[in-house]
Amino acid sequence: MSLPNLKYIKDLSGGDEAFEQKFLTILKDEFPVERRAYETALENREQDASCAIVHKMKHKFNILGMEEAYECAVSYEKDLLEGSFDKDEEFRVHLGTVTHFLNTL
Amino acid sequence: MTCIIVDDELAARTIVSHLCSDVGGVTVLAEFDNAIDAIKYLNQYQVDLIFLDIHMPGFTGMDFVQTLKNPPKIVLTTSDTEFAIAAYEYAFIVDYLVKPITKERFEKCMAKVAASTFQGPGDGDKPSTSGNEVGSDLYINIDRRLIKLHFQDILVIEAQGDYILIKTTKKNYKVHTTLKKINEKLPNGIFLQIHRSYIINFTKIIDIEDNSVLIEKNVIPISRSNRPELMTRLNLL
Repeated sequence: MSLPNLKYIKDLSGGDEAFEQKFLTILKDEFPVERRAYETALENREQDASCAIVHKMKHKFNILGMEEAYECAVSYEKDLLEGSFDKDEEFRVHLGTVTHFLNTL
Repeated sequence: MTCIIVDDELAARTIVSHLCSDVGGVTVLAEFDNAIDAIKYLNQYQVDLIFLDIHMPGFTGMDFVQTLKNPPKIVLTTSDTEFAIAAYEYAFIVDYLVKPITKERFEKCMAKVAASTFQGPGDGDKPSTSGNEVGSDLYINIDRRLIKLHFQDILVIEAQGDYILIKTTKKNYKVHTTLKKINEKLPNGIFLQIHRSYIINFTKIIDIEDNSVLIEKNVIPISRSNRPELMTRLNLL
């Protein structure tokens, strides 16, 4: 499994630590909100809302260099468009990984 | 150069904003997390460039693009390369950036923006495919997918309340728009509105009888007011 890393953020910042901190704070703020939105949408079996939030979260996977998680999200988003929630379990594993990673920062 | 950033994700807006200040030459005037607020802003202020996320809930980036009467240059930002095709549909869409955006790619994008001959507001009030001038196809948005339709495959377009039904040689598509809006995107050369609820591809007419035309198995009424226009288009013996 691809583990989260800060390579993209560091490349982007060009050594600007203030920007890195600001950006990580945004990630730490946004991610839990998005995760809750996903869980709520899933509980209610809201296909469009689930799809929209998975789409949004895949960008976070990309930022954190999680290729496997990104591929999972791309595939899950397509499945959700067809009404299938089958990849929920796999997707939640990646959500857990990101949550743990952000908590360590 | 001035710009605004439209993206529902704060993280995504922060990245673009940082790249603007890092690369230089672009001043971010405002950021918006939805297209509606951006439209309100653009009704009051002029900008040179918009960084626009395609995939936003509710009113999408492509919906936004279609509402602009005097668009500035636009750079699309997207997580899906499949939407990149849309970038070539409008003269004012200068480039598209796939997220996560790297500094190198952003610099290339800004060079493209600077080299673009599109002059911004006033230089082309409408998308290049509108005005019934160019193109042989049309993209329709069905469940967040842009589906390409060749004009020559379209038979009939019927108004159905808030939707239109596009009947093609292969399949029918129901799209949330109006007959008036799609009419603006169709070439005059082959399409004609013959009734308040119908636009036809008149190259597909099989015959005309009394006040109706036959196109494949579709019998379409002709309104009295539209009949003279139809008759002048026909190569009558």
